Amino acid sequence: MRSKVVFARMLRNRQTRYGLIALLVLLLLAYVGPFFGPHDWLEKDFAAFMEPPSADHWWGTTQIGQDVYAVALHGMQKSIVIGFLVALISTGLAALVGASAGYFGGWLDKALMWGADLLLVLPSFLIIAIVSPNLRGGSWLWFVLLLAAFSWMITSRVVRSMTLSLREREYILAARYMGIPGWKIIIRHVVPNLSSLLIIDATLNVSAAIIGEAGLSFFGFGVQPPDVSLGTLIAAGSDKVPGYSWLFLFPSGLLVLLVLSVNLIGDGLRDALDPGSNS
Amino acid sequence: MTILEVNDLNVTFRGGIKAVRGVSYQLARGEVLGIVGESGSGKSVTSLAVMGLLPEGAEISGSVKLHGQELIGMPEEELTRLRGKSIGMIFQDPLSAFTPVYTIGAQIAEAVRIHQKVGKDKAAKRAVELLDLVGIPHPDVRAKAFPHEFSGGMRQRAMIAMAIANDPDVLICDEPTTALDVTIQAQVLEVLKTAQRETGAGIVMITHDLGVVAGLADRVLVMYAGRPVELGGVDEIYYRPRMPYTMGLLASIPRMDRPSARLIPIEGNPPSPAALPPGCPFAPRCPMKVDACDDGEPELEPVGPGSRRAACIRAHEIELKNLDGATIYPVPEPPAETEASRPRAERETVLKVEDLIRHYPLMKGAVFKRRVGTVHAVDGISFDIAEGETLGLVGESGCGKTTTLQQIMQLEAPQDGTVVVLGKDSAKLGRGERTALRRDLQIVFQDPMAALDPRMPVGDILAEPLRAHGRKDVPARVAELLTLVGLEPSHAERYPQNFSGGQRQRIGIARALALEPKLIVLDEPVSALDVSIQAGVINLLEDLKVKLGLSYLFVAHDLSVVRHIADRVAVMYLGKIAEIGAVEEVYARPAHPYTRALLSAIPLPDPNLERSRERILLEGDLPSPASPPSACRFRTRCPKRARLSAEDARRCDTEEPIVTRLAPAADHGAACHYPEVTEVPETAVS
Ligand SMILES: Nc1ncnc2c1ncn2[C@@H]1O[C@H](COP(=O)(O)OP(=O)(O)O)[C@@H](O)[C@H]1O
Ligand code: SF4
Ligand code: SF4
Ligand SMILES: [Mg+2]
Repeated sequence: MRSKVVFARMLRNRQTRYGLIALLVLLLLAYVGPFFGPHDWLEKDFAAFMEPPSADHWWGTTQIGQDVYAVALHGMQKSIVIGFLVALISTGLAALVGASAGYFGGWLDKALMWGADLLLVLPSFLIIAIVSPNLRGGSWLWFVLLLAAFSWMITSRVVRSMTLSLREREYILAARYMGIPGWKIIIRHVVPNLSSLLIIDATLNVSAAIIGEAGLSFFGFGVQPPDVSLGTLIAAGSDKVPGYSWLFLFPSGLLVLLVLSVNLIGDGLRDALDPGSNS
Repeated sequence: MTILEVNDLNVTFRGGIKAVRGVSYQLARGEVLGIVGESGSGKSVTSLAVMGLLPEGAEISGSVKLHGQELIGMPEEELTRLRGKSIGMIFQDPLSAFTPVYTIGAQIAEAVRIHQKVGKDKAAKRAVELLDLVGIPHPDVRAKAFPHEFSGGMRQRAMIAMAIANDPDVLICDEPTTALDVTIQAQVLEVLKTAQRETGAGIVMITHDLGVVAGLADRVLVMYAGRPVELGGVDEIYYRPRMPYTMGLLASIPRMDRPSARLIPIEGNPPSPAALPPGCPFAPRCPMKVDACDDGEPELEPVGPGSRRAACIRAHEIELKNLDGATIYPVPEPPAETEASRPRAERETVLKVEDLIRHYPLMKGAVFKRRVGTVHAVDGISFDIAEGETLGLVGESGCGKTTTLQQIMQLEAPQDGTVVVLGKDSAKLGRGERTALRRDLQIVFQDPMAALDPRMPVGDILAEPLRAHGRKDVPARVAELLTLVGLEPSHAERYPQNFSGGQRQRIGIARALALEPKLIVLDEPVSALDVSIQAGVINLLEDLKVKLGLSYLFVAHDLSVVRHIADRVAVMYLGKIAEIGAVEEVYARPAHPYTRALLSAIPLPDPNLERSRERILLEGDLPSPASPPSACRFRTRCPKRARLSAEDARRCDTEEPIVTRLAPAADHGAACHYPEVTEVPETAVS
């Protein structure tokens, strides 16, 4: 019943519809767009270095003669996957850990929060720097896990304290007296009532992960050349803005559109889940 | 002499919410005007408008004159000077009226000094005098206490002291006793009367409790959907209401003084102030509605002799035929009685609680918590419930009612004593047995909003227990449950907040019924509802009990509701049972002095009875359950003990009374060494 009602409410929201359409267009662009471009992203055009947009190179070319259109779209594929996976894992982890700690209390609470605090004080950048050379050969998925592992702790603390107050609500008591097991109560009653927080957190995490990945890539961790992501492209293009703005503008434009559409959907989902809003 | 004159007052909030529409009244010196109506009828907004305290964005029109001086449109500084000097205010929540960081005495002295030219010492002395006047013991010491160190009743007294500090001409009281227990309410109402005598002020008394107004008011204004619908002398309104809404309101209250078999609810809900019906706002719920009622909103017009006015096109007809609520409203059919019920002793015992104890550690310190004492929340209580029976559990807040329920609902071994549900000892249950037993034991909570997950559609809320216990055919059962409690099956897709309070409570009841339990525990199920809605929910509970063969453990602080619905009643005081027995016995011949005081404190919606009634006022507040008095728990406040000889009284102080059966009655016991034996006149069964 709930998923049906929420879905219907979500589609009724104009913002969400625009967000969904925008995201769909961006996904199509990322995964189908490259087939329509005249160049492959690995191809180097030695006749055109740092050329502005033209009929042949729609979005111009890079220092080494790559087609910016092809490279940016390829980078976007990676960024989308990284952004969404990191957001999903880290917000999910935050919800799970925070809600369990708050709901069950006792030693579980102590252990989980001790773990969260430990991760908070560890210098994440250093750890990623130490670990990533070992993963160089491995999949970039490891990188996603690393990013996610260091971005859930603060949210989980917030979730925990909100769960503490939710736990005493009568509808949670009612569920307990009905004989519903604790983990089901968490999934059914606690997490949905924290959904506003979690959705905001997840949308922020998408953009934070994409941009964070860019920062790490800049220092040589994360996505490694020749592979590219929006982050590496923006990092590479940012110092060339004066004369060669296309190197920066196209990848960052894509990033902005991506983040915007995610935020629109997040807002709509929040409204759809909140019976108080009259969308 | 008229001191306050309100004329055609209108308040509109942003979004076209017409909260108050055309309220007019006059208040004379020394007069008490009661304003009654259900929540949301615009009572509070009316008085906020009079005081010029409306929030930003409220449009206000009409006129409010104090001593002939127009208040609406008056500059803020002048209004501030008037408030506190000429108009005193008393709100429901006194905590919000005091600043937490200053002492009570300092704040009252401050109020004096703002409006009068007196020295600091004199103001402080006046503060102590005022605290003394409102009956605060050791006023000189207590004046140095901070607001949070006062109990609710004390704070309300302090607020009255502050309100009368400058001899105001008008006192506006908005639900001043709603948050208090009945015995404390009786004390505070007494203080209000004293305050009025001292100041000679006119009082505007706003409340939803028709009993409170009956004993206090000279005239009554009834409001509905932001509109005054009836205005008249208190006797006229109570004995000869002429507007169907007032008539229904009075007929829907469970009466202690003349119990009836069935309560008469007013069907439906008050209209939303943003979407008012075209004609009479009461028309959708009115049993006397005719087509002409939709033509236009009836004006408040004089009816009959006297000063009464009513806003109803059929008021004259009602006057001529001398109709009353019980005749114009359909009395719901009583539930079909099942075959003559067997005597109690032969019926199965669904719940047996014996010597149940629940103590909480009292902790102190923020970082290193240490135990500084014990809260005796429930301290050895015993009772049982037979099949098909309703036991009412009554007592003031903090006496351990909810703790008792929780101990039962947990189905785990209590700290001490036993809880046996349907023959199964909760201490000896295995995991599977416990889950299975939960099917037979369900709960309904007090606050219907807090008890329903706001993020779940109603269909899911009702499906939850069904799925948890592996029931098949869930959607059909959900529809059936909704119908059973008087809602539409199509409501399943709505969220709880789309329902009114009464409807939400019906959903809570439907959820409790989902698994066809045998025993339902109800924690104050109707105390958050308006009376006209409450009547419908009580009737529903009675019907379901008969139809489904349920037993109830019904917790309430409203003794009239318990009188109506329960077969037996247990009165709790500070974690112990003071008195227990059949309802007829306990209400007719209350034996424990506490029960007597409790019963006499209930305001009756009958002005004559209220005026002639002798109240037993209790001294002081409920002692803290962290340090309950030794021996008899009630001895610190017992009016009976005060009348005993020193020797007899010693027994109260040294020997703990246990619940003992009172000889002539079959089912009646009290925990008092010197039980009363006489009948109580006004609450006796007629
Ligand atoms: N600040 C406000 N903004 C909008 N609507 C309000 C505001 N305060 C009260 N109302 C509305 O005005 C109506 C009357 O409220 P109120 O006077 O508080 O009723 P009562 O005191 O009789 O319970 C209600 O429908 C309420 O929702
Ligand atoms: S005017 Fe009509 S609808 Fe309104 S109260 Fe009178 S009879 Fe009922
Ligand atoms: S035992 Fe004594 S103090 Fe206690 S209730 Fe009876 S008379 Fe009062
Ligand atoms: Mg109010």
